[in-house]
Amino acid sequence: MTAIENPKTYKWVGTRPIRHDGYDKVVGKARFAADLNLPGQLHAAYLRSPHAHANIVSIDTSMAEAMPGVKAVVTGDDFPALDITDPNHDVSINVLARGTVLYHGHAIAAVAATTKAEAQAAAAAIEVEYELLPVVLGIDEAMADGAPLANEQNYQKFVGPSDPSNIATHTPLERGDADAAMAAADIVIEREFDCAHVHQGYIEPHACVVDTGADGKANVWASSQGHFMVRAITAAVLGWETSRIKVTPAEIGGGFGGKTTVYLEPVAARLSEKAGRPVKLVMSREEVLRSSGPAPGAKLRIKIGATSDGELTAIDGWMAYQVGAYGDFAGMVGAMSVASYKFPNLKLESWGVLSNTPKTAAYRAPSAPHAAFAIESVIDDIASELGMDPIELRLKNAAVEGDLTAMGMPHPRIGLVECLEALKASDHYQSEPAEGASRGVAVGFWFNIGEQSSATVNLNEDGTATVITGSPDIGGSRASMALMAAEELGIDVYSITPVVADTEAVGFTDVTEGSRATFATGKAVVEACRELKVELCRRAAQTMGVDEAEVEWVDGAAVSPSHGGEPLTLAAITAQAKRTGGPLTATASLNAAGAGPSFAVHCADLKVDEETGQTTIVRYTAVQDAGTAIHPSYVEGQMQGGSVQGIGWALNEEYIFSSDGVLMNPGFLDYRIPVASDLPMIETIIVEVPNPSHPYGVRGVGETGIVPPMATIGNAIKAATGVRMTSLPMSPPKVLKALGDAR
Amino acid sequence: MSRTHITCTVNGEDTDFLANPGTSLLDALRDELGLTGAKEGCGTGDCGACSVLMDGKVTCACLVFAPEAQGRDLMTVEGLSSADGVDGDHLHPLQQTFLEGAALQCGVCTPGFLVAAKALLDHNPDPTESEIRYALAGNLCRCTGYDKIIRSVQEAAVQLRSAT
Repeated sequence: MTAIENPKTYKWVGTRPIRHDGYDKVVGKARFAADLNLPGQLHAAYLRSPHAHANIVSIDTSMAEAMPGVKAVVTGDDFPALDITDPNHDVSINVLARGTVLYHGHAIAAVAATTKAEAQAAAAAIEVEYELLPVVLGIDEAMADGAPLANEQNYQKFVGPSDPSNIATHTPLERGDADAAMAAADIVIEREFDCAHVHQGYIEPHACVVDTGADGKANVWASSQGHFMVRAITAAVLGWETSRIKVTPAEIGGGFGGKTTVYLEPVAARLSEKAGRPVKLVMSREEVLRSSGPAPGAKLRIKIGATSDGELTAIDGWMAYQVGAYGDFAGMVGAMSVASYKFPNLKLESWGVLSNTPKTAAYRAPSAPHAAFAIESVIDDIASELGMDPIELRLKNAAVEGDLTAMGMPHPRIGLVECLEALKASDHYQSEPAEGASRGVAVGFWFNIGEQSSATVNLNEDGTATVITGSPDIGGSRASMALMAAEELGIDVYSITPVVADTEAVGFTDVTEGSRATFATGKAVVEACRELKVELCRRAAQTMGVDEAEVEWVDGAAVSPSHGGEPLTLAAITAQAKRTGGPLTATASLNAAGAGPSFAVHCADLKVDEETGQTTIVRYTAVQDAGTAIHPSYVEGQMQGGSVQGIGWALNEEYIFSSDGVLMNPGFLDYRIPVASDLPMIETIIVEVPNPSHPYGVRGVGETGIVPPMATIGNAIKAATGVRMTSLPMSPPKVLKALGDAR
Repeated sequence: MSRTHITCTVNGEDTDFLANPGTSLLDALRDELGLTGAKEGCGTGDCGACSVLMDGKVTCACLVFAPEAQGRDLMTVEGLSSADGVDGDHLHPLQQTFLEGAALQCGVCTPGFLVAAKALLDHNPDPTESEIRYALAGNLCRCTGYDKIIRSVQEAAVQLRSAT
C-alpha cells in the first residue's frame, strides 16, 4: 500500500511494468560474469594466507610453474608498489599481499591453468615461508595502550600521521552542552552494545573474465556495482593508463555494497597478460566469506537524557567500528548516520579500528545499522520508563526540515514524521499482536548520495528509444530509467530499451551505491529526454512550417495550435529525421546535488521461546519514505530485502573467529542467512514525500530498510521477555543466557 | 585422466557429453552443454542456485557427479520455457508470475527458485503458504526477502490448477 500519496499524478511513473531484463532472468539467459566463456580461456585460482598476520619471508613458485596445465603465476611482485598516500594503496595490497599478510585468507599468489583443478593444484604447490606476527582481533584489544599493530603500514588518512596505532579514523562531534544537559535531565539511560561482523551475502560470488591482448589492452567482463570503478582501480593496481582497459558490466548477482571495490580484475588481467590468453577468475563461497568485505563489527556506548515528558535533551555516544586490516570510512559514516532526532545537545566520538580480519566493505547504509541498534534501543527503554507509546516519543522528537544531523547539516524536506504517522495509522499498529506475541518499533535513517552519472538517449527511426546509462542495475534500476524516460517522452515504457553500457560506450558514471542510481542517473536520463523534446519540437516546427515557439510536446507528440493539423508523433518525427537534420540523440552528464535523505520505521511482532531462546517473527511491517516510487514493486522489493537482511543480522548472522583469527563459519550452512521458512510476509507502506531536488521527487530506497530491524526486534524481545538484548546477533544461545542472567 | 561418456535426457532431448569422473553435474551442464542457467552460489548444496530436476526431484547439481546423470532425465531452467520468443506468451506460469510479481531483483537465484517451485507444484498443486516456504527453504535469495517469490508461487499454483 502507499500512504501519503505523491500529489502529482503521472502516466508511467508509479506503475508496475514487467522489468525489461526480466525475461532473460526467468529463462536462464541472463549473462552473469561466471556465465561467460571465451575461446582459449584459462581458469585461475588463488593461494591464500593460512595465517592472520605474518611476514612473507619467501615465495617459491617454481614447482607450481612446472605443473601440468599451468600457463602463468603471479605474486605481489608482479604489481607496482603504490605510495602509501595513494588512494588505491590499500586495495592494491589487498588484491595481492606485498611482504605481509594481514588476515587469514589474504591472497598471496594466483595461478592460471587450463582447468580450474590444475590451477588449484598448482596454487597449493606454491611454497611460502612465513614469520608469524601478533594477531589483533578485537576492538578493546586493538585500542589498548601498547597494542601490537594490525597493519604497520596503517596510514592515518583522516587523523593525519602520528604515532602508529590501530586507529584508522577518529570523528568527534559536539553541539550544545551534553554534560550539562545530562545533569539536568529527568531520566538518563546508558547502555553498551556490541555487533558482530556480518557479510553482505550476495548469492553470486565475485567473478570476472579478462582478456589482455598483445596490444597491451585489456577487455574485462566484471560483476560489480560500478564498472568505471573497476576500470580505475584495475588500472591503478596494474600501473596502467585507464584507457588500456575496457570494462563491460555483466549482470550482477547481488552486491549490497560488497561489490563497490575490486578483488579479482587486476590479478586476472596480469595473468592474462603473462599467459597471452583470456583468464576467468571466480571466487568460491568460502573465499567470498573469508576474503571479501564483511561489514564492520562494532562496540557502542550510548547515553541519552530526557525530560519527564519525553523530550530527548542530550545524547552522548562512543562508537567504535572494527574495519578490518585497512583504514576505512566506517567510523566516520557511523557518526554521520545519527540524524533522526533533534537532540539539542550532542557529543559523539566515533572510531574506526583496525584488526587482522578481512578488509571491510560497504553494506547497505554502511555503519548506520550498528548506531541505530544502540540508539533506538536506549530510546525505547526511555519510552517504557516514562510509560510513553514508543511512536509518540519518537514523534515528539523527530527531526524535521531544518533540524541538524550529528554532522551539523540542516535536513532538507524529510519524511520521518510522515513515516511515523503512517505506521501509527497502519492496520498492523492498530491491531493487537497475535496471542503470545510482543511488539517492537524502531526508526532508521540514511542520507543517500548523488555523485556523477551520464546517460545517452537515442531515438530510433521506428519511434522507440534506447536509454543508455553507466549504472549497473542491482535491483531494478533499468525499469525505473525506462519509466522516467517513458514519462518524459510520452511513449510506451516497452518502446524503451534500457541498457547498461560498457566504459567505452557511455560517459563516466560513479558506482551504484548510496541509493543513487534512480536518483542521480535517473536525473541524467530525464535531462537527456528534455533536451530531446526541445529538438523534437524544433523538428516538428520545421515540418509543420510554424514557429518553434508555437510547438509543445504533449503526450508523445508535437502539437501546435497555429498549425491546426494532427499532432506529429515521436515516431513520425524520427521517421523523417534524415530530412530534418539527422539522428535524434542526446546525452546528459551531471554531478548530482540534492540527494534526499530517507527514513524508515519498522514494526515487528514476535514470539520468544523461553526454553530454547529461539525468536520467531510473526508479523513485520516496513514503512519508508521513497520520495516518489518510480516502480513501486521494486521499491517494496528494496524495503523487503533490506528488512530481511536486517532480520538475519538481528537474529542469526555473525562472523565467528578462532583465537588465531580463522573464520570458523565460512559457508552458508554455518553463516546462516534467513530462508523462506524463517519469515512471515513483509508488509510494506511506501510514504511519498517528494525530494524537491529530483524532477520526479526520487529519494533513493536501497539502503534505509536495513537500518531499523535490529532495534525493532530487540525492542520486541524486550517487550516479550523484559530483557534488553545488547549484543548482535540475538541468537538463541545469547537470548537464553540473557534470560537466565535476568532470573 | 580419461573422460566418461554420459548419455541422458536434458530438457526433453537425448543428450550426451564427456566429463571427468570428478566433475560436478553443475560444471558439466554449464561448461560442456552451455546451460548456464543453473548457478554456483556455494558449491556445497546450501544455496540452491544450482537446482535442477533429476527424474523429477529437485537436486543440487553441484553435489552430483556428472557420471551420476547417466540414463537420467534432467530438467534445467532452460527447459521450463518452451518458447524462444520475447513476447512472453509461452512462458511457464511460474516464469510469468515471477515477472509480473517482481519476484526477482538480481536474478541469480531465480533459476533455482523456478525449478524448485515447479517440483513443489508438480507434487502439491495447492500448497499452503507454509508449505511453499518450507519447500523453498533450500533456496537462498538475498534480494527480495522472499515475500514476492512466495506470492508468485501462490499465483502460479492458482493458474496451473485452473488450467487443468
